[in-house]
Amino acid sequence: MGFNLQLFFTGVGVGSIYALVALGFVLIYRATNVVNFAQGDFAMLGAFSMVVLAIDLALPYWLSIAITIGAMVAAGALFNLGVYYPLRNRTFLPVIISTIGASILLENGVLAAYGPRPQSLPSVFSIQGFSIGSVFLDSQYLVILVVTVVMVTLQYLFFERTLLGKKMQATSQDKEMASLLGIPVALMIMLTFIYSAVLGGLAGILVAPILFVSVGMGSSIALKAFAASIIGGFGDVTGAIVGGLALGVIETFGAAYISVPYKDAFGFLMLFLFLLLRPQGLFGERVAEKA
Amino acid sequence: MRADDAKGMLGRALFAAAAILTVGFANFTPLAAYSVNLLMQSSTYAISVLGLTIVLGYAGQINLAQAAFFGLGAYSVALGTTALELPFFPSLAIGIVLAAAAGAVLGLTSLRLGGHYLAMVTISFQTILALVLINWVSLTRGPDGVLNIKRPSLFHGYFTDSGHYLALCIAALYGVGYLVWHLRKTRLGRAMQAVRDNELAAGVVGVDTYHTKVTAFTLSALLGGLGGALFAGGFAYISPDQFTFSESVVFLTMVLLGGARSPVGSVLGTGLLILLPEWLRFLKTVYLAVYGSAVILIMVFMPDGIWGFASSMGRKLRPRSPIALAELSPLPLTREVGREDGTTILEASRLSKHFGGLKAVDEVDFSVVRNSVHALIGPNGSGKTTLLNVLSGIYRPTKGSVAFEGHDITRLKPHERAGSGIGRTFQNVRLFGALSVLDNVMVGAERPGHVVEGGALGLERHALAALDFVGLAPRAHERVGSLSYGHQRLVEIARALAGSPKLLLLDEPGAGLNHVEKDGLVDLLKRLKGHGLTIFIIDHDMNLVEQVADHITVLNFGRSIAEGSPSEVLRHPDVVAAYLGEVESHAAS
Repeated sequence: MGFNLQLFFTGVGVGSIYALVALGFVLIYRATNVVNFAQGDFAMLGAFSMVVLAIDLALPYWLSIAITIGAMVAAGALFNLGVYYPLRNRTFLPVIISTIGASILLENGVLAAYGPRPQSLPSVFSIQGFSIGSVFLDSQYLVILVVTVVMVTLQYLFFERTLLGKKMQATSQDKEMASLLGIPVALMIMLTFIYSAVLGGLAGILVAPILFVSVGMGSSIALKAFAASIIGGFGDVTGAIVGGLALGVIETFGAAYISVPYKDAFGFLMLFLFLLLRPQGLFGERVAEKA
Repeated sequence: MRADDAKGMLGRALFAAAAILTVGFANFTPLAAYSVNLLMQSSTYAISVLGLTIVLGYAGQINLAQAAFFGLGAYSVALGTTALELPFFPSLAIGIVLAAAAGAVLGLTSLRLGGHYLAMVTISFQTILALVLINWVSLTRGPDGVLNIKRPSLFHGYFTDSGHYLALCIAALYGVGYLVWHLRKTRLGRAMQAVRDNELAAGVVGVDTYHTKVTAFTLSALLGGLGGALFAGGFAYISPDQFTFSESVVFLTMVLLGGARSPVGSVLGTGLLILLPEWLRFLKTVYLAVYGSAVILIMVFMPDGIWGFASSMGRKLRPRSPIALAELSPLPLTREVGREDGTTILEASRLSKHFGGLKAVDEVDFSVVRNSVHALIGPNGSGKTTLLNVLSGIYRPTKGSVAFEGHDITRLKPHERAGSGIGRTFQNVRLFGALSVLDNVMVGAERPGHVVEGGALGLERHALAALDFVGLAPRAHERVGSLSYGHQRLVEIARALAGSPKLLLLDEPGAGLNHVEKDGLVDLLKRLKGHGLTIFIIDHDMNLVEQVADHITVLNFGRSIAEGSPSEVLRHPDVVAAYLGEVESHAAS
């Protein structure tokens, strides 16, 4: 029982990372109808930025986090201008391919600058964690959980309670109508990309002390986050969160009870099953194209 | 037409000459091992990339697992010729079958959904396969890979020589390249391109879109397997890292760089991306970063790739001359005439379509009489287009049924309805933008159940006759996207007519036309009526409707409010109220 609880806790911690990245996916998808295949690389950039600032330059941890978030704002803006904006009037296929190109560029740019050796980033906490009964709560996983809950709450308040949030929602629902109403659509999409980059960066900062910081870390997280958002119901915010958590738990239990080397395969198997049996996911609706 | 044929013959002759020369050269000239390796890699990769030409270039579906299919082919030959001690060609056949089967299963499960799902499913498959190749050591030998892969032992081991084997690969590339090039102009190829350019319209015109996409995906996987199988024989050693997701991205970049819509482009892109790293060795560490930026730049500046860019330049420099209209036989539209017996062709009973709480169409009954023009009118938002979408199978009705020629068609898919003889146009023109005017109309002529005598040539003549009927035959070879809006509307009508429909559904054919074009349209509709074609038309323009309609149904808020001959209906008080507003409510607003 204690072992299972332990697994569950770890799974939820890992799952919140997937959920954070999945949220970024969903936001960009809702604003632009495009899946950003470089979303995971935002996490990788965030993690590497922390390694450079906190270890190589030995800056204070909190300052490093602040600078990293600033850098992610810039990265999101640049990404929008370079990768999405020139292709905004095309179909989804060229844009997807362009984001794949961006992903190769980012990963190999960092590889060229930093080399293939994985880096490690210590946790900000001196205490490793504490025990409740037979369950050991790792402080980093707790932080991940807390940050995810805070971000989701803030995001909810932002989109539901502020004018800017509503404008961004309007943009995502109908760009043409939004621009007729005087909403600066291009700016709203820019903000969406910036916010998604920050979400991705945060995920990177949070996950860096758990995993090794490597060039490929982003794409493997992103693949799972994407799977999570499909399991949850693509385009649905609640779905992204629930899907992310579910995937984290499934993976952890799968690794413990079935096979460690195939840990990464369980999520994709789940994805296949969902696509086969319930393609609209847990929370999604099927939408038909209008004639 | 004859000039075209001659050009085609010349092209084929040149292609055959090039094939014989290069294969002969590879076979008889001893090359340095380095060159042989580069050429071997290029030719086997190119076969796999040609698969992407089909799935991405023709059918417009993404495939991010081509390296996995390539790997299935490669591992079949590797393990078949070593562990199972099978000869080369049976192993190759196993590889092709395995890859095609995997492709079919992936396609069947994910192609009902949108492109993003396909992207994700292919990545998942790619990831799982890569994990299996590394971890299932007892079968795949794990990260060490497979050594001593055999080549064909045919003709006393003739092909064990690298030069001879290379010639075999190049010959296979020519063969596959020819087939892929030829596919473009076949019924299947046109269906794929129709799906790529406008999936919704493709279905309504009679293309089984799901089947077409699955076929394209399966063919793509098959060619991936073939390329991989030849690759394994060529290099005698393979390892799992050659079949990862990043290799799939490399395949994708090759096809995009060269130009996905033409096999020439795909081969060009493959060669270039295999040679580039050799030339760019000096910037090895940043090479992949440069390469990532190249992908973005190609998408931004050359969305159709190098070959697509070059051929669009070619078209600008050397525009197609209008075709000569030699002896076109008139369109056989008249098959319905002689059945002017006043029977019902289409009957809708209590038809409803609700979107959540919104009753877009609510309990509508009507029947269309054979050889008549039946108009459906109503204010904006009254449910006209929704009703038409239910009739052509784009929407499933919430309640009620539709019968066509006495058969219940309520559950049929759009292409099946097209097959039973229902043609349709759209309110917002939906053509296959990258195809020629003629190809657009040919897709319509190729609807299921429509027999045209005389094979490919007969089909082309039939399509030309349909174009001639709307007055656009001289522009048959132009790209449909380059036509004016009014002409595009006419092409859409010709596309529907080419399938010899028993019932033609027209969704606001007059929308957006100027006066001259509208007069032309009325004239066209009267000619169609004169031929006895049954037409169900939606329009706002009362003048147009009055001139052509025999019978009118009026829709308001999803309900039928009046029905009868034009003179009766247009004087009906409810109709006047629906269009002009009632006196009180008008004053109040």
